[in-house]
Amino acid sequence: MTAHTEEAGMPVATDDPAGDGPPRASRSDRLGAFAQQHGALVTLVIAMVAASLSFDTFLTGDNLENMALSSAFLAVVALGMTFVIVTGGIDLSVGSLFALGGVLAAWGSQYGSAVALLLPLAVCGLIGLVNGLLIARVRLAPFIVTLAAMLGARGLLLAITDEGSTTYLVDKHSFFATLGQGSLLGVGVPVWITVALFVLGAVVLRRSRFGQYVYAVGGNEDAGALMGVPVAGTKVAVYTLSGLCAGLAGALNAAWLVSGVTILGSGMELEAISAVVIGGTLLSGGFGFISGSLVGVLLLKVIQNVINQIGSLDSAYQQVVSGAFLAVVVVAQTWLGRRRRVL
Amino acid sequence: MLSVTKLSKTFPGVRALSDVDFTAHAGQVHALVGENGAGKSTLIKVLTGVYRPDAGEVSYDGAPVRFATPLQAQQAGISTIYQEVNLVPLMSVARNLFLGREPRGRLGLIDFGRLHREADEALRRLGIRVDVRRPLRELGVGAQQMVALARAVAVDARVVIMDEPTSSLEPREVATLFGVIRMLRERGVAVIYVSHRMDELYEICDAVTVLRDGRVVHTGPLAGLDRLRLVSMMLGREIGEVRTEGLTKFSGSHTATAEPVLRADNLTVRHRLNDVSLALRPGEVVGLGGLLGSGRSETAKAIAGALPTDAGRVSVAGTPVRTGSTAAAIRAGISLLPEDRKAEGIVPGLSVRENIALAALPALSRFGLVDDSRIDRVVETFMKRLRIKAAGPHQKVGELSGGNQQKVLLARWLALHPKVLLLDEPTRGIDVGAKAEVQALIDELADDGLAVLLISSDTEELIEGSDRVIVLKEGVVVRELTGDDVTEDGLMRALASAPAGGHDG
Amino acid sequence: MADLALARGTLDRARLLRLLQEYGVYAGVAVLLLFNFAFTPYFLSTENFRTQAVQVAPVLVVALGMALAIGTEGVDLSVGSVMALSTSLLSLYLGYGPWIAALIAVLGGIVVGVANGALVAFVGVQPIVATLALMVAGRGLALVLLPQLKDVRDPGMAALGSGDVLGVPYLVLIAAALALLVAFVVRRTTFGRQVLAIGDSRPAARLAGLPVSRVLVVVYVCSGALAAVAGILATARLSASDPTSLGTLMELSAITAVVVGGTPLSGGRVRIGGTVAGAVLIQLLTTTLIKHDLPPSWTQIAQAVVIVLAVYAARERGRR
Repeated sequence: MTAHTEEAGMPVATDDPAGDGPPRASRSDRLGAFAQQHGALVTLVIAMVAASLSFDTFLTGDNLENMALSSAFLAVVALGMTFVIVTGGIDLSVGSLFALGGVLAAWGSQYGSAVALLLPLAVCGLIGLVNGLLIARVRLAPFIVTLAAMLGARGLLLAITDEGSTTYLVDKHSFFATLGQGSLLGVGVPVWITVALFVLGAVVLRRSRFGQYVYAVGGNEDAGALMGVPVAGTKVAVYTLSGLCAGLAGALNAAWLVSGVTILGSGMELEAISAVVIGGTLLSGGFGFISGSLVGVLLLKVIQNVINQIGSLDSAYQQVVSGAFLAVVVVAQTWLGRRRRVL
Repeated sequence: MLSVTKLSKTFPGVRALSDVDFTAHAGQVHALVGENGAGKSTLIKVLTGVYRPDAGEVSYDGAPVRFATPLQAQQAGISTIYQEVNLVPLMSVARNLFLGREPRGRLGLIDFGRLHREADEALRRLGIRVDVRRPLRELGVGAQQMVALARAVAVDARVVIMDEPTSSLEPREVATLFGVIRMLRERGVAVIYVSHRMDELYEICDAVTVLRDGRVVHTGPLAGLDRLRLVSMMLGREIGEVRTEGLTKFSGSHTATAEPVLRADNLTVRHRLNDVSLALRPGEVVGLGGLLGSGRSETAKAIAGALPTDAGRVSVAGTPVRTGSTAAAIRAGISLLPEDRKAEGIVPGLSVRENIALAALPALSRFGLVDDSRIDRVVETFMKRLRIKAAGPHQKVGELSGGNQQKVLLARWLALHPKVLLLDEPTRGIDVGAKAEVQALIDELADDGLAVLLISSDTEELIEGSDRVIVLKEGVVVRELTGDDVTEDGLMRALASAPAGGHDG
Repeated sequence: MADLALARGTLDRARLLRLLQEYGVYAGVAVLLLFNFAFTPYFLSTENFRTQAVQVAPVLVVALGMALAIGTEGVDLSVGSVMALSTSLLSLYLGYGPWIAALIAVLGGIVVGVANGALVAFVGVQPIVATLALMVAGRGLALVLLPQLKDVRDPGMAALGSGDVLGVPYLVLIAAALALLVAFVVRRTTFGRQVLAIGDSRPAARLAGLPVSRVLVVVYVCSGALAAVAGILATARLSASDPTSLGTLMELSAITAVVVGGTPLSGGRVRIGGTVAGAVLIQLLTTTLIKHDLPPSWTQIAQAVVIVLAVYAARERGRR
């Protein structure tokens, strides 16, 4: 067949029909791409260096361990969020699901560690599934569906804690508690779990067929459908995944705190979204990577840590800084994206 | 190979297909032609599993089938290439090519080495050389279309459906495409080819089926079928009529001797326009000719302030107009009827009345308050004058036919009393009757003293409608046809000639 | 052609759906009222109606601005934070007198609105994301300015919070006046028409020479200013400034009121009457559940369900 076409003397088409020079990436273009992929990492390194030069207490084992642990829970939430955002969606319910997961885990721990772990996964996964079905099948806007789920999950949490007045405790000596409290090689178990999940998540997004579907849905949903991508199925899967991640993070957090604190998680959806976006994932979908989200989480936590170290500053400044940071990143992304489209 | 019998499909209110019989044979290129709304797209969508038929049967390889999704049709060996490139722009060429059937290695993970190698080979076989690792969007439209083609034939396709595949291709790429089609034909693939371009049909197709108003009006071999006969079947008009009346309703000539009302000098937009200058006198229709991508629409948009320019000046009646601002252009009396009526023209959810009054609102209100009685008067005047067919001024524009939508847009601009009217493909995608009306209207407006710039890919319309034709090529003015030179022949020769100086591509 | 088919077709279902979209919210209010007349003790009293109306006023004022933002195919998630910012500014500057303090609070809302509008209109950031950033930063700023709850003891504010004219509380009068004003703007001004056109088809609006960016900025400024006013009203009613909790989930309530009222999230349409009814509906729903001794958890779950149902009913013809 090959031989035949060559005999036919088919003219060769290049990708440059207009004749306006080969569309090779220009230098500033590559710089833009670099900024998008590694900007967060560079900023993180600079922030860490600056922080360790400014505060003696920053680069200490205790402080780093603390930061790693507190990053772990947000990171797991951000992991699920990354998948959702790459499909061009958004999940505002994760904060509530995080809290709900924690309460369910603490309540369930009285029936054994397996229940403590599986119950939040089941319930939060189910809520994520419902989100996904409403978004993919009924075609409602993601932000409104997940906003409703945020409210609904919060309501559910109140319902099982006597309107927030009961705090369930986890037995300190149970296996479940070691998931949060234990450590391995001097590093907390939640950190190990998070790292493992990120490796797994990165492999799935980059190297599996499902990952390709996620990118395709976010990049061009209609084209994806025509190319045989199970669009609805992929969407349902990512929202379910996000629910699972939020529930798991909540459960791990409950194991760490050895109690199901009811007031956690508000505003966490914003932190997770900020982390993902800061990590280079496009909010419009179709482009993003797992490692970036981890860097985004760490960056947010370093900023938080620095603000705490400056004792005179109110912790509310952290929100101001995060918000401003988010705005800056989004503006930069929009600007980079637009420039590349024009060229 | 693939056939349908007694197929019917009704959308609530519209009968899209009725009793359609159609058969595509292996090793044959079968043309599917018809005017807009004839039912071609619906038929294709039924064949590929996007729509389900209300009645009738689809059979494939002799056995009846019913595809529930495009994926099922694809897996059965029916591939489709759509008019607009339907790929994922942010993903790499290779990933696009193999999306959903990536070669997998250990643990079910994608083997990227093999993926890139195979993608490269597949494209080379079609005579395309690109870096398959690059994001698709960095490729030109033509190359993207070829990737779509490669994707369609790479799966063991036995039926390939092409929906106007050449609409965004350069002649060189069209030749490549035809090479691929011939190769497919020899491999025994059934090709269904949808196009409006007569030359292409006669060059590549073996058989033809003509659809009109959802029915098959003719099916048979293409060779020996007279072109005029084919056109008359598509239009549903008698041959004599076509021949004597011509296809357009333009009267042809206007006398314009006055000073130019619009002057555009040295318009330059990076990668798009290079030093384009033109002048329009009141009462004349100037055509803007050129192939796709030659910068026609860009010229119009640059004049109307809808495309920021890197250099150049625009002036109306001697007064300079700030470029890059539609509001400034409109204030100066320049109005643009955009090419993409649906996306850039109408506001579908607003009524006919609101759409007509939209641009003229500041003039029709006092202290920011809308003056309803004045709007009513203006709207009534234009609905009558342009013969807009709507249930009333309060019907939503989205519910009107294409022709009437176009008239509403014309009314929107005429309500501003413009001096210069830029019309980008004013008759594309509207039915024959409305087309004639719009053409007659353009004539009338020029007679009233408006300066009109007409862009049309329909050469006949361009030639018959224009007093002069300015020919663009790769963003440069290459020729101006005046007087007796305004003929299709003259236009073709201008298009075939080398770019006149200055372009250092 | 398919568009035409869809538009002309599905007539019966479409008409039913349209009726539901147009009048569903009024029917819902009527049903809830009847239910309460019949089954809720002490519901039918002037005092109760006053309480309900006073409670609904701030939500309604926020929802008015939200309706404008949604009309342009946008959304403003920062409204709750703007309320918090407004209450912080109000109590900080109350020393200069209530009028000046209120003016500064509204100014704060306008500044946030300008920031939102600039991000959306000039930079081209998606409204959800732009206003999300301001939502995070706004609440933080409010807490930085006023770290904890503070009582507001000002005769002017007290009068605003509890005074009335002919039995109608000031708060309700202000909310009603603002609703009428916004309705007038939407229906009768060029600005209103431009908002709708931009929401329906932004490229078309741009090519028709409309000042798209300016209109968008003004819309978000309106939304910010109205949210700030709502913050003032809420502060007056509670006679305290609580930047930690004031306005939390307000964006959700406001969006719900707008969507339940029949304004589609896809823009191009703004229904102020429906928005008022939507806010009332949510308020009545909450009251009904509370009066029948259902805990707040159930109220939240019920509200979530209502939102989903409303969005489902208002689901527009296909997506873009």
